[in-house]
Amino acid sequence: MFHSETGIFKTSYAADMALYPLPVARWAVAGLAVLFVFVVPWVASPYLMTLLNLVLIAIVGAVGLDILVGFTGLISIGEGGFMSVGAYTAANLIVRLGLPFWLAIPAGGLMAALVGIIVGIPSLRIKGLYLAIATLAAQFIIEWLINHVTWISGGIEASIQVPPPELFGWKLVGSRQLYYFLLFFAVLAIVATLNLMRSRIGRAFIAIRDRDIAAEIIGINIFRYKLYAFAISSFYAGVAGVLYTYYLGIANYEQFGIDVSIDYLAMIIIGGLGSVLGSIFGAIFITLLPEATRLFLTDFGSIVFSADTIRRLVPNLTLILFGGLIIFFLIVEPEGLNRLWRNVRNYFRVWPFSY
Amino acid sequence: MPDLPLRFLAILLANGLLVGAMYALVALGFVLIYKATDAINFAQGEFVMFAGFLAAGAIHLAGAPWWASALLTIAAMIGFGFVLERVVLRPLLGRPIIAVIMATIGLAAVLRGTATMAFGGGTQTIPLPIPDTPLRLGPLILPPIELVGAGVSLGFLAAFGWFFLKSRIGVAMRAVADNQQVAMAMGINVQRYFALAWALAGVVSALGGVLWGAMLGVDNQLALVGLKVFPVMILGGLDSVVGAVVGGLIVGCVESVSAGFLDPIVGGGTKDFIPFLLMIAVLMVRPEGIFGRRRIERV
Repeated sequence: MFHSETGIFKTSYAADMALYPLPVARWAVAGLAVLFVFVVPWVASPYLMTLLNLVLIAIVGAVGLDILVGFTGLISIGEGGFMSVGAYTAANLIVRLGLPFWLAIPAGGLMAALVGIIVGIPSLRIKGLYLAIATLAAQFIIEWLINHVTWISGGIEASIQVPPPELFGWKLVGSRQLYYFLLFFAVLAIVATLNLMRSRIGRAFIAIRDRDIAAEIIGINIFRYKLYAFAISSFYAGVAGVLYTYYLGIANYEQFGIDVSIDYLAMIIIGGLGSVLGSIFGAIFITLLPEATRLFLTDFGSIVFSADTIRRLVPNLTLILFGGLIIFFLIVEPEGLNRLWRNVRNYFRVWPFSY
Repeated sequence: MPDLPLRFLAILLANGLLVGAMYALVALGFVLIYKATDAINFAQGEFVMFAGFLAAGAIHLAGAPWWASALLTIAAMIGFGFVLERVVLRPLLGRPIIAVIMATIGLAAVLRGTATMAFGGGTQTIPLPIPDTPLRLGPLILPPIELVGAGVSLGFLAAFGWFFLKSRIGVAMRAVADNQQVAMAMGINVQRYFALAWALAGVVSALGGVLWGAMLGVDNQLALVGLKVFPVMILGGLDSVVGAVVGGLIVGCVESVSAGFLDPIVGGGTKDFIPFLLMIAVLMVRPEGIFGRRRIERV
């Protein structure tokens, strides 16, 4: 079980593509699973549970966005828009038809995927910068439509109240129940993505990212696969939107603005593009950043500043830190947190004899 | 709906043209950067906002007269452009496009945070010596601030046109934009012109900040002007100065007319939305825009 590697001795493709390259990884994942299923929810404070729930939702969205941006190389600034499509679809279905969550969540995802395909159609002709701007436009158009079409938004306030999810007649209320609910979907998203990226579709995505014209020449229908990427990514975004709606108990378009899209982009950039683990790191990092800034300032800043100044400083400082960190990671460590983690891991992997 | 739709239309169009000229000025900042460095500046709106804050700060905090504060803002933004290019953009040379996009988005966040922290969240004014009473021109009623803004914008755009076509620096910048390697081979210091492009974008933002700030007041919302400018650029073509002008005028008119005629029907907000629809249509039909150059990609 505990041993040091001396080289690569893979004899089959199956071994090369295995999810767990090392037995240690299998043990580590098992340990994490036990920790997060049995230990964390019973020792963590309600405040921490709230943060954890937000992280879990962010993981679903970030992993989804990474499929599009990190793996397929199509830049999207419309994540928030897709999330709101999922959120409002599900909210309407739940309130009007009384659908249970296990139907409402896929429905929200599918609707978001459909909208994603429509937004992705221009990717036939445009890419890079132009596509980024087109998705930005999609964000504004979706926001406007939801805000102005009362049939979708359910009235002037543009927000729909949603009852808590119900499982076998058992209402999931409170942060601990919601935690298990969200954990299930976050794990599902992670495992599904890991497997997707080992499949034919996933490798087609990576080929398109690396050089789309070359990918077309080796026989990948790039238009179709780009639309797949948009559909799958938007599905995740839609699911994340529904989960967030369940978390808040309300669907509100203001929760899915352009700043949310930018937050998710920041997650996958800081985490490291094109890596599921990186997206998870990024989701954790960006979700906790505002809280960390606030805690740090209230604890240590009170020596210098008054409480009132601190309250004024926190949002601005968070914003500066957020932007500064994006720039810092882009310049200093373009492969993000994932790279830092790999450096640490590789160091210990060959630890006493690194030569 | 007014009883004289034609006159109403004329007023809307005139207003749209004036505002459009000012959009063109901000769009010019984008075009300059894109032409010279192949990068897109998602923080252009924040540049404008930051310049607006600087100008307002110079007037209110330091008590400078309006012309001194405008000059000061321009100087500060030039310095800012140079520093920015050196610190943020140069290390990202040759990296994928998303790196530059995200860097400017990050920059936008930093600028927004810094500006609110330094100058407070309230709306500030930039008092220019321009009368408030609207000008009557035949059937048209025009606010003088928009007239001045459009005038300054068009003057500046013309100056830029001359600069690019005739001056030595302008020709060198066009060479860099056209083909960096060939320009380098001809003895042009490409990096210096990259820096110059960012500095010029700083100048444009400074002017935009003073004009838009005087018109709308300076606060966080001023940065939204930057978002408005995306349709302008796509419409005109990302790498065309003429395109920026024409795109600006078209978007200004479309916005103004849709706000006048459609808003009463659908309940407002079309102004922020129709330009983006127009942009999507352009992207579908002619992605390089009206005046943009089609890029042919080879493996």
